[in-house]
Order: sequence, then structure tokens, then C-alpha cells
Amino acid sequence: MKVKRLYLIRYGEIGLKGKNRFMFEDKLISNIIKTLKKDSDELDVYKTYGRIYVETDLARDKVISKLQKVFGIVGIAPAREVELDVDEVKKNCLEMVQEALPSSGVTTFKVNARRNNKSFPLNSMELNRELGAHILINTEDGRLQVDVHNPELMVNVEVRKKAVYIYTQDIPGCGGLPVGVTGTAGLLLSGGIDSPVAGWMLMKRGVKIVPIYFHSFPFTSDRAKEKVIDLAEILATYQGETKLHVVHFTDIQTEMNDKCPAELTTIIMRRIMMRISEQITVNNGGKSLLTGESMGQVASQTMESMYVTNMVPKMPVFRPLIGLDKVEIIEIAKRIGTYETSIQPYEDCCTVFVPEKPATKATPEDVQEGEKDLHIDDLIEKAIDEVEVITINPYK
Amino acid sequence: MEEIYLDNAATTKPYPEVVEKMKVALTTTYGNPSSLHRMGIAAEKMIKEARKTIASKLDVSAKEIYFTSGGTESNNLAIKGAINSLKRYGKRLITSSIEHPSVLNVFKRLESKGYDVKYLKVNREGIVDLEELKEYLNDETILVSIMGVNNETGAIQPLAEISELVADYDNLYFHVDGVQTFGKVDIPLSKLGIDLYSISAHKIHGPKGTGALYIKRGTRIDNLISGSKQESGIRPGTENVPGIAGFGQAVELLPSQDDKYRIYQLKELLINRILTEVEESSLNGPDIHTGAVHIANISFAGVKGEVLIHTLERDNIYLSTGAACSSKQDTPSYVLEAMKVNPKLIEGAIRFSLAPTTTEQEINYTVDKLKDAVKMLRKIMQR
Repeated sequence: MKVKRLYLIRYGEIGLKGKNRFMFEDKLISNIIKTLKKDSDELDVYKTYGRIYVETDLARDKVISKLQKVFGIVGIAPAREVELDVDEVKKNCLEMVQEALPSSGVTTFKVNARRNNKSFPLNSMELNRELGAHILINTEDGRLQVDVHNPELMVNVEVRKKAVYIYTQDIPGCGGLPVGVTGTAGLLLSGGIDSPVAGWMLMKRGVKIVPIYFHSFPFTSDRAKEKVIDLAEILATYQGETKLHVVHFTDIQTEMNDKCPAELTTIIMRRIMMRISEQITVNNGGKSLLTGESMGQVASQTMESMYVTNMVPKMPVFRPLIGLDKVEIIEIAKRIGTYETSIQPYEDCCTVFVPEKPATKATPEDVQEGEKDLHIDDLIEKAIDEVEVITINPYK
Repeated sequence: MEEIYLDNAATTKPYPEVVEKMKVALTTTYGNPSSLHRMGIAAEKMIKEARKTIASKLDVSAKEIYFTSGGTESNNLAIKGAINSLKRYGKRLITSSIEHPSVLNVFKRLESKGYDVKYLKVNREGIVDLEELKEYLNDETILVSIMGVNNETGAIQPLAEISELVADYDNLYFHVDGVQTFGKVDIPLSKLGIDLYSISAHKIHGPKGTGALYIKRGTRIDNLISGSKQESGIRPGTENVPGIAGFGQAVELLPSQDDKYRIYQLKELLINRILTEVEESSLNGPDIHTGAVHIANISFAGVKGEVLIHTLERDNIYLSTGAACSSKQDTPSYVLEAMKVNPKLIEGAIRFSLAPTTTEQEINYTVDKLKDAVKMLRKIMQR
């Protein structure tokens, strides 16, 4: 039989957001419901007093791994709900300690009670004392020792209006803000290691990401596109429904290659990508662009190049990885699960358009001069009109 | 134009008769060949027929054919299995530098385990150096493994000469990877004293996941996996009846000498048209007359093979590169490298591989489209 279990969700930061608090909480609740709905037969998510409660019959490890991908959650505590009765609380605290106790050795512990419901007969101090004594007396000698400063096992008891909640574990969530509360950004997604990480970092701050990928078949293989779809699917597990925009870029690139000086093609291409991405982002109700650039990593990521590239879009361009080293980016990529996909060898496999010696210090004047023969407004408009939208729904 | 599939050295389209036969095996004759009842016997009979067909095509005894999961397994079984039974006689193993990875990587592993492996050089046409073979052969040599036809260039290896050279040595087995050879070039196995011969179904319009190893009577090899007594215990596991039945059917339909001549003429047309009509194109490997009838490897200077493949894909034409894309420092084709082809030309190498179903119209269409594609790509790339 499936058992319905209770989880207390802590969400530190969004509790502090003043008037916006309700909006944030509602968004978080709706994101939690979306994540768990498909696999749960019974699901109840509700909030009271700065806590969100999740009741579901889904297996515990699944609940935890799914909730650990929901931004905004600081901690997940598998809990017991007990009626407002001192003996019941004692009995359940003891059981939970015994469940959590390692099979041998001495474990230090502490009871941490909080009484929000003032009509409960014992106050916090009294609860700590009484429950601690009850647990200690009823456990085999030499297995438990009280340590109020640095306990290995914390028995949390929250006395609320309708019930008492007990939990011994507080599993860390990924923090941040619920996706969707801070707006929408267009992510320039390649098949590499960096851009998915950049997307994840802004999602963490509540931004809904619209990934945009530039496909240049036959110069890049369709496998490269498949890889980007795979990456978008991984990102979607953090943000829910994701609309991957595939821009067919071949004609523009060919034209650019024909009309612009070779050493400037990289930077001019970045400018065109910005222009197209900005329009797609606007069409999706977004207000910023997002790239995986890191200062100085490659030719298009020098300060000079970014200066010239940034002159194209009116909206802000966020670069959350700007100060990270490659190893630091890789570490995050591994943690969020995109690394293995990113290192598949299809990315930019045929870098036909990468000049032998790309300019790293192009000035706006250089670029303007380089673009003077390039008349591609029609092509850009066509690329935007004909953008291929792939909708990824991770909850289906 | 319907799809033009010229990647038949990678895999082939199963013949409708093959699919039909497999359908019967999956829907009607689905019994376990080891079962005692009638249904088991029916399945066993299907395997027996396929075994007989294959054996008669190779002009060997049906008892010498062992079914496997494909070319890779056959090669592994032949090499590892032979060495296990011969290791007390010596440590010298000889192969070539242009073998398929399912041979080459087995030898690399054996080398790391202390075997003395010699990799024969090839000449500019991709044919192994017999002088070197003579030099390396000694009483310590327990295995010589050379492919019949190279999968990238179609170069036919001098198996008759090799077999003469190795005949002087006892305690030595001669293995031939015949995956690209079977059905294309007839090899008189028993006459040449070949001990082990690997073949695969999906290269001859049969199903994937099925192959066989010819083990000459009296050749002792160890199995790689343990189990029951299927395939005389050499390759245990319930037989892949549909695959084997399909394999047998595909062998029944192998091209005749006339068919092969027709394929050769198409290859000749393809090569001649390309070399005369596309500037700076060059044939890699053996010349038109000496190579296998179904493979042609051609380089286009200044073009990246992979991009050319994708460009032609838009016209519904399917080909392979001779080389992996080298823009990310991937190793370019080790076969062309061994033949000392200029690295720039390795990057622009394309393999065309034909089938008995290929038509003249398809070849002409392919060359027409190829001309345009090469011209277009050179314009973009050579700036």
C-alpha cells in the first residue's frame, strides 16, 4: 500500500520579500505541484505561517530528488504530523529518534521545540526538557548524549494551531527563488559546457529561461541539434515547460561569410545572434538576454568583443559566469547534470566559420566598416519568422 | 528523387525477403530451438537451413559455422578464443595497422597484457607489406589476423600470399576479418587454409545483431561466455532465430558474378566522372580495377568531409566520411593515415559504398549534386 507522507518545506529567502511574499509563495507552491503531480496519486500542498506542507504518497527518495530541483526551497524535512497531545508528541519523538539512530556508538542529540500555539500546555523550554528526558530515559544506556551546542541529531518539534510537526532531518534544497517570479530571459544556448550553466544560474534567481539555439546545417550536424535538445530537457527539469527556439542560421552565416572580413566574422556573428535573440526574447515577453560568456575564455569573450557585441541589444545582457574559471563552471555543470551531455563531441564539430585569426580587439568602427556590405535584414526577419519552437514538458 | 543510399559499407537495407523471413520466425516459428517439442524443432530447422546456406556459399561444412551477434563478436571470439588455446606456444601476434577497431582494439588489449603484437604497414594503396610479414613470422607466432577487404578503401588484401607464408608454421592460426569481404570477394577458405573467418549479416542486406564465425574443423578455440550448449558451447545463449533466419535469406540473395560486374561498372562510372568533373579530387586506396567492387574513397581538397556529407543529405544522398571531423583534434582516419595520405586530403575524404540495388541514375544524380556541393563549399571555406 502506498503511504501518504508529510514534508515540511522551508523557503528562507522568499519569506523576506515584503509585499511580494504571497506571489512568491503561490509561485513556489504551483511549481511544487507541477513537479510532483504526475507521479503522485494523492497530493496536497498548502501553506501556513511561513511553511509549505507537502503531503504525497510518492516514494520518499523520489519526492526529495524532485523537490531538490525546485528553486526557492531551502530545506526539505520529512515530518510527522501529531495531534496536540503531550503523550502523543513524546511517543512520536522517541520513535523518530530510534529510527534515525545509527546501529552503534554514542550519538549526541538535542530537542529543538517551538511553540507558536500558545494554548498548548507546555512552552518551548518545558517541551525541550520534558521531551529530552523522555527520549533519554527510554533509549538504551550509552547510546544517546545531550549536546545543546553541536548535536548530531536534532529533534525539531513545531507546535502549530492544528497539530504538532516533528522532524529530525533537514535535507538541503537548491535555494534561490521560484522560477518565474523575476521575469523571462532569452538564453543563447550552444551545445557547450557554459551556456546551460548560465541558464541554470539565472533560473536559480527565479528567471524563466527561453533557450535559443543557432543551427547551421549542413555546417553543424543534426546531432548537434539533438544534443542541444537534450540539454534543454535537463534544464527543463529545473524550470518546467521550456520552449527551445531553434534559429536556422545557415543562410545568414553564408552571406556574412561572403560579405565580411574573415577576422571579424566571429564578432559580427555574435552581433547578429544578439539581434535575433533579442527579438525572440521580446516575442516571449522577456526583458533580458543571457549568455555563458566568461571573461577572456575565447576570442569573442574579450572585453573589447563584449563591448562591441553589447551595442546591439537594448535589453541588458546577463553573463553570470563572467568571473568563473572553466574548472568552476565544470563543477557546477557536473552538479546540475548537464556536463555529461555537454562533452559529447558534436558541438561546433565543423567550425567552418571560425577564422584562423579572429580579431580580439575589434573597435565599433572596425565592425561598422566590416558590416557595411552586409544587407541581411530580410534574412534576419525570415530567420525569426521561421524559428522552430520545440516545447519540452518535463512533467508529461 | 528518393533516398540514395551509398553508405552500404556502414550497413545495408534489409531485403524484403529477409524481413518476411524474420517475420515468420517472430510470429510463427518462435519456439526455443532447444525445446523438445515440435515448435522447438521447427525453430531448430530454420537455423539448420541458414547454417547450410551460409556454409555452402563459403564452400565449407555446416558444422564449421558458428552464429554470433555480429562481426565485432566474431572477431573478438576468433582472436581471444584462439589465443587462449595457443598461448603456451608463444607470444607473437601479427595483424595490420588498418584493421577494423573490433580487431585492432582486441590486439591493443592483448599487447597491454604482455603479448608481442606486430602491426603490418601498408603501402599507398592500402595493401599490407608482405616483406614485413615475412620478417615478423617466427616459431613464437601463434596468430595472424588480416582483413579480407578494408572497410574504408576497399583494398583487397593478399590473403593467398599470406596463407602461403603462414603455412610453414605450426601452432599458428590464421584469422581473416571477412565482414566487408563476404558476398563481395570470394575467398576459398579451405584452399587457403584459413582457420577462422568472421562475417556479418547486416553488411549483406540481412539484419543487424547477427553474424557468424567460420571455425575450420580441428581449430580449437575457447568460448568468451559460458552457458548451455548452443553452438557447441562456443557461443552459448538461446539462438537469435529471426536474425539467423534473415541472415540465411540474405545469403541466398548474394549478388552473382554478373551483379558484381554491374556494381563494378557503376563504381567505375562514379570514380571516372568525379575525377574528371570535380577539380582537385583524388582517389584514395587501390585503383579502380584492383579494389573491391563496392567501395570508393575519394578526397576533395579544401572541403571538410563531414560538411559535404551533411550538404548532400539535403538532397537525400547518404554517404560516409573516410575520417572523423578533425576540427576538435579527433584522430583523422587511421587507415588513410597509415597509407600516408596528405592530412589535408584525409579531412576531405568521402567513402562511397554501393549495393546490388544501386542504379546508374543514382550514381549520375549523386555526381551532379556532389559537383554543386563541392563548388559551393569551396567558395565558403576557401576564403
